[in-house]
Amino acid sequence: MRRRVAALALLLMAAGPRSGFETMTPELQAIQRDDVANPGMLSVAEGEGLFAREGCTQCHTPASMQGVAARYPAFDERRGGPIDLAGRIAECREQRAGRPPLPRDTRPLLALEAFVAHQSRGLPITPDPRLADARAEGERQFRLRRGQLNLSCAQCHDDHAGGKLAGATIPEGHPNGYPLYRLEWQSLGSLQRRLRGCFTGVRAELLAPGSVEALALEAYLFGRAAGLPIETPAVRP
Amino acid sequence: MAQVLLRVPSLARRGEVIEIRTLIQHPMETGFRPGADGTVQPRDIIRRFTCLYDNRPVFEAALHPAVAANPYLTFTIRADQSGVLAFTWEGDNGFRQTETRAITVT
Repeated sequence: MRRRVAALALLLMAAGPRSGFETMTPELQAIQRDDVANPGMLSVAEGEGLFAREGCTQCHTPASMQGVAARYPAFDERRGGPIDLAGRIAECREQRAGRPPLPRDTRPLLALEAFVAHQSRGLPITPDPRLADARAEGERQFRLRRGQLNLSCAQCHDDHAGGKLAGATIPEGHPNGYPLYRLEWQSLGSLQRRLRGCFTGVRAELLAPGSVEALALEAYLFGRAAGLPIETPAVRP
Repeated sequence: MAQVLLRVPSLARRGEVIEIRTLIQHPMETGFRPGADGTVQPRDIIRRFTCLYDNRPVFEAALHPAVAANPYLTFTIRADQSGVLAFTWEGDNGFRQTETRAITVT
């Protein structure tokens, strides 16, 4: 019995994290694979234009952005904690390029983020070891029961991943395709927006965008998905 | 200008059936949905798509409020001469966009 449990545990470990891509219907997978059918590519194209127009090209090139998204959230020396890609782009634009701030979840910031993250498509997520503290706090957030339904992230996305919630398959909840095009949204959206969707679902108080808790949760999610390839812009139901 | 993604072969053999794929950025607001303030948002959709092959219509589509955002249209045409393919999307609020692609037929 013990040997069988050990074998099962080994099998599960070998399987590693599974991207939400694998549990989608073949039709949706085909949309994501095809760069003309994938509506997220419209935002990538928009972001490519912004990257040049917003002055990003004065310091960076699209080629130098390769692999960047696979390292985020990154360790920010100044804060001594994690910073996510959207936060970094907004900060860089405001402080170095001296332009007016771009709020989170606005179309231009999402487009820029999609373009930058798209340069890392296919590269494995490699979490920063310096973020161990943030990831520990993030794991606490992940396992914290919250909201009127008193559910934690782990209860669905660890314990019941692959099961059904009202007809939809529960994914493992990996952040490797963001910003992604969600059919339900009919638009491109950020990981933070997706988290807000789950939090609202369990009727919990939302984490403030860019707050310490939100960034810690994000850092944990990326640590949990280590090794999965970046899929930006992914398509999800 | 809305972002457009097009896949049109630039080379084709005479008589070959070629596949054309188009994707355009558009909210396709149905005119039935309430906004955040509870009032119904006015309709804003693409009504018509046409493809002209050397000014000769080869494909047309009428779009309706049930079509999802960022309409994706794919169709096939027979390549019979070198020329220009012009794609036009027309819709509410004076929306009109045209993209052209040249095709060489050998």
